[in-house]
Amino acid sequence: MTIPNDLRYTSDHEWARDEGDGTCTIGVTDFAQDSLGPIVYVELPAPGTVVKAGERCGAVESTKSVSDLYSPLTGEVVAANGALDGQPDLVNSEPYAGGWMVRLRMTDPGELAGLPDADAYALHVAAAHEVR
Amino acid sequence: MTPRKTPLYDAHLALGGQMVEFAGWQMPVQYQGRGIVAEHLATRSAVGLFDVSHMGEIVIAGPGAADEVAHLVSNDTAALGDGDACYALLCHEHGGTVDDLYVYRLGAERFLLVVNASNTAKDVAHILAHARDPGLVTDRTDEFAQIAVQGPKATTLLARVAPGDAIGLPRNRIRVHTFGGDDLLVATTGYTGEAGFEIYCPPSCAQALWAALVDAGADLGASPVGLGARDTLRLEMGYPLYGQELDDHTNGFEARVAWAVKPAKAGGFIGCAALAKARGDLRRRLVGLELTDRGVPRHGHPVLHEGRVVGAVTSGTHSPSVRKPIALAYVPVALAAPGTELAVDIRGQAKRAVVVPFPFVVPGSATT
Repeated sequence: MTIPNDLRYTSDHEWARDEGDGTCTIGVTDFAQDSLGPIVYVELPAPGTVVKAGERCGAVESTKSVSDLYSPLTGEVVAANGALDGQPDLVNSEPYAGGWMVRLRMTDPGELAGLPDADAYALHVAAAHEVR
Repeated sequence: MTPRKTPLYDAHLALGGQMVEFAGWQMPVQYQGRGIVAEHLATRSAVGLFDVSHMGEIVIAGPGAADEVAHLVSNDTAALGDGDACYALLCHEHGGTVDDLYVYRLGAERFLLVVNASNTAKDVAHILAHARDPGLVTDRTDEFAQIAVQGPKATTLLARVAPGDAIGLPRNRIRVHTFGGDDLLVATTGYTGEAGFEIYCPPSCAQALWAALVDAGADLGASPVGLGARDTLRLEMGYPLYGQELDDHTNGFEARVAWAVKPAKAGGFIGCAALAKARGDLRRRLVGLELTDRGVPRHGHPVLHEGRVVGAVTSGTHSPSVRKPIALAYVPVALAAPGTELAVDIRGQAKRAVVVPFPFVVPGSATT
């Protein structure tokens, strides 16, 4: 189970990476992709869409089920990962790289620092494991 | 109520089974390290092992049992010989479906009815209320465990573990095999579309039988299979699942199981008059849909025709075998012909879909 140190996380198993230019990249974690199983379809917001922290902004479908994707942050979508249209399984094989989902221009870049870091998220995952 | 455990509960945990509550039982939905897709493909290409001990078993036996069964179920059970089986429906007087089931003729006046776990209590009540001689009917669910062995290597595997007369027989037969001194009822039936067996055994023998199948199947590519893949396998065949495609207010003609509903059979059956009438006056039918846009249809998604809601998806998934989004849905009869262009409303987006014939997959033609 990989949890990179340089990312921020949510309790819904999304990650956010600060790109240093007022934007951040968002995806789902290794734990999330492993729990979902093989991903067969990803529904993402179109560029220009304004998304709000904690609100639904897309969906991730596996054979088993559909899971909502929640935006970790408030901002405007500047890009969505079109590669996932043809290769949704990139979310499984490279959750933190080729499996990225959207890039946001953050309304308040300070919001990022308020999200759990890798240590806090690791504890959250450990707790989630226990109840499974 | 605490969910019940099958005799294989510990075996599922040992294999990494992720247990969920289903119809009052704790059942594996999938196994860690395998998962729905791998378990599904193992069944299509090799052999899958399923714990289906949660299913209900009802025995109707004694003088008059054959007439009793014929009176209760929709298919022509009078045509069954000893050791034959058929799929059938239990129907309400109004033609709606109480449950779908398998009927096995074990002897001239001895029948085993295998019903859905979620409906066992309802079925027993319905049968007792409608039986001419309720004394012939016993709920024997607690006396049977059930293991399904399904897939192109099922025959090879069963021949290694518990050889006997059912091996090599066509579909819909049942014979007695033995295993470790216990009698097994081995039927050439199943709900995956693949060749294979459903084995009814005493609960005390289930663990040893399961372990023997797992061990002897290792070099054949055998996999334990949870409820998740059991559902995708039956969906690819267009087989109805009670509670989704069938319910108290849906009849067998709508659900496309007309071959198991014989309103004209001698002596009739409960619901036959209503069904004979319904047959000529169907308003909706179950169809197979294949999405031509990307997305995954799910139970409850509206089906659209020219922008108007005309029906609903009853089951949907991304087919592991053909790697396409597929669904079963009820639509008006006029829109049920293969090739009809419809759409599925997935979270507010209309995704294009086309009506396709069942099954979605030709069994035995697996690609991995």
